[in-house]
Formats: sequence, C-alpha cells, structure tokens
Amino acid sequence: MATRAVITLPAGVKAGEAFEVRATVAHAMETGYRSSDAGTRLQRDLVRRFECRLDGELVFAADLFAAVSANPYLAFWLRAAASGELSFAWRGDNGFEHRETRALSVA
Amino acid sequence: MRAWPLLLLALAASAAEPDPRRSGRDTMSPALRTLQADDAQHPAQLALALGRELWGAGARSCAGCHGEPEALRGAATRYPAWDQGLLDLPGRIQRCRVRHQQQPAWAPEAEPLLALAALVAQQSRGLPLQPPRGAALDEAAARGRHLYTTRIGALNLSCAQCHDERAGLRLGGSLIPQGHVDDYPVYRLEWQDLGSLQRRLRGCLSGVRAGVRDWDSAELLALEVYLSRRSAGMVMQPPGVRP
Repeated sequence: MATRAVITLPAGVKAGEAFEVRATVAHAMETGYRSSDAGTRLQRDLVRRFECRLDGELVFAADLFAAVSANPYLAFWLRAAASGELSFAWRGDNGFEHRETRALSVA
Repeated sequence: MRAWPLLLLALAASAAEPDPRRSGRDTMSPALRTLQADDAQHPAQLALALGRELWGAGARSCAGCHGEPEALRGAATRYPAWDQGLLDLPGRIQRCRVRHQQQPAWAPEAEPLLALAALVAQQSRGLPLQPPRGAALDEAAARGRHLYTTRIGALNLSCAQCHDERAGLRLGGSLIPQGHVDDYPVYRLEWQDLGSLQRRLRGCLSGVRAGVRDWDSAELLALEVYLSRRSAGMVMQPPGVRP
C-alpha cells in the first residue's frame, strides 16, 4: 500500500497572521517492545523525525519516539509573510521516508 | 368513546418520553467527541483517503457501477441485509469484489476492506439506522437475541448483563456503553486502527473467556442483525472514534 498522508491547511491565510497546520502520515509506529501472537519480538519500526519547510527554510520539526501513537498526527502553528511552498518530510526506521508538498498562498 | 382521550393521552405521553438509548459517542469524553466530530482531526481520515483512492482504482472500479461514493448515501443504514445469505456492509463489499470485480476476497479486517467500508458508511452520516425486515432476517434477529441474552464463557456473562443491565456503570476505569452499532466501522484508540463490528464482538467474546466465533460465522452475523434492530432509528455518524 502506498504511503499516505493527510495535510490540512486553512483556506485563507493572511500575511503575518498565525495559522494552524495539521499533518498525519500512515504508519504503524511499532514500538519494538511488543510481541507477536507467536511470541517473537516485533521489530521496532518508528517514524523518527518530521520536518516542515517553507521554501526550504525549516519552520517546524519534531522528533518522535515509541510512545507516539500509530499514524502520528501533528498540529502546529506557522506565520508566513509571503506565499511559498510548504514541504513536509517524515523519516524513520527501515529507510522510511515520505514527502509531501503543498502550495501556500498568503493574501 | 370515553377511552379515546385517555388513549390519546397515553400516546402523547409515550411520544414525549425521551429515548433512553444513548450512542457510545455521546458518553465518551469531550476530547474524543471532538476527535470524531472534526474531520481534520479524525484518526480514520487516512483510511477514508485510501477508500477514495480504491473507489476509482482498477479496470472495474467501484466508481464504474456506483458513480461517486456520495451516491451511496443511506446504503449503510440498511445492513445487515439478506441476499442469498446474511451480509453485513463489509460482506457486501467483499461480494461485490468477488462477483463483479472478479478479484479475490480480502482477508477479514484487511486495510482496503475497512477503508471502503468506512467510506461507504461515511455517506450515511446523520441518517437513522433502518435495518431491513424479512423472514430470514427476523429468524436471524431471534437467534441473535438469544445469543445476546445467553451467559457464555468462563466469566459466565451474557452481553445483556453488561450492556443492558450495567450500561453507564464502570468496568475498571472504563464506562460500560449501551453497545449501540451506529458508528461502525470505528477507529478504536486501543486498537490504534479501524475495525469492524465483528472485530468488536470477537473482542468481547474473548473478554468473557468464551470461544471466539469465526469471521462471518452465522453467530456473529445473527448478533449483528439483532444489534442493528436494537439500535434501529438511532442516527449514524460513521466512522466512529472509540477509546
């Protein structure tokens, strides 16, 4: 199954005014502490790092750990002076990487 | 003649009496209620996105026959149904997949199956459950009712003892809900995943240390038929969020 992410941005963003960004990515976030039904240890498989960039400049980042639920959901606030491109990147164990971009138009 | 006003009064009183049934979504914490009510926060949003992707995918897609998912508004209110056997909503999707798309059936609780079930169920938000009637369904409902009220398992408990007699009380730290089926499939935080009503029922069976019935077994489907009638008329808001 292709990796999926859902990103929610407000419809109208005003220059200099804070707006909320919500992002979630499909990921099991296996802690590495659980056992399977057969009794074997389930390998750790986590998203370790999330980054959001506006035209290449890092505007928000988060380090994720085993206590974060499946399909990690992050909501954060940004302020932008001008339109640009928001890029989102999730990286994790086993070479996991997922990227999304969204155009941000500032009125 | 004199009995008429009395009868009318009695009817008016019964109409005014509030429905004692309460959906599980109305008894959860405000935070969880917000999670279910806000689509941008809903933990099933990824599944719904996948469902929409699958809806139009393939040579014989769902969209090829049904058009937009929105065209199926109200469909989920009419399950379980009888069509050469008992079918719940995921069962109907499986049958469509095998018969009309000529694809192998998915495993029970497969991610794409739940995603499509959530997408179809979502179209019936705000509509009351209207389980269909018929001889075969009536018979299944009677069997389901019998299962619901029969003590089972090492704990020797029936469904009714918790969900009818002790609903609203607590089991450990958790509120015992009335066990209505108006929001399935649901995203349970405990599962960290979307799950069907059958998964929920199997969880309860194992909880009272009873033998866990097979997926799509006659017993689970009969229980589903009874439960849908028990919740008939309640407004659906699927997919739900549950603790």
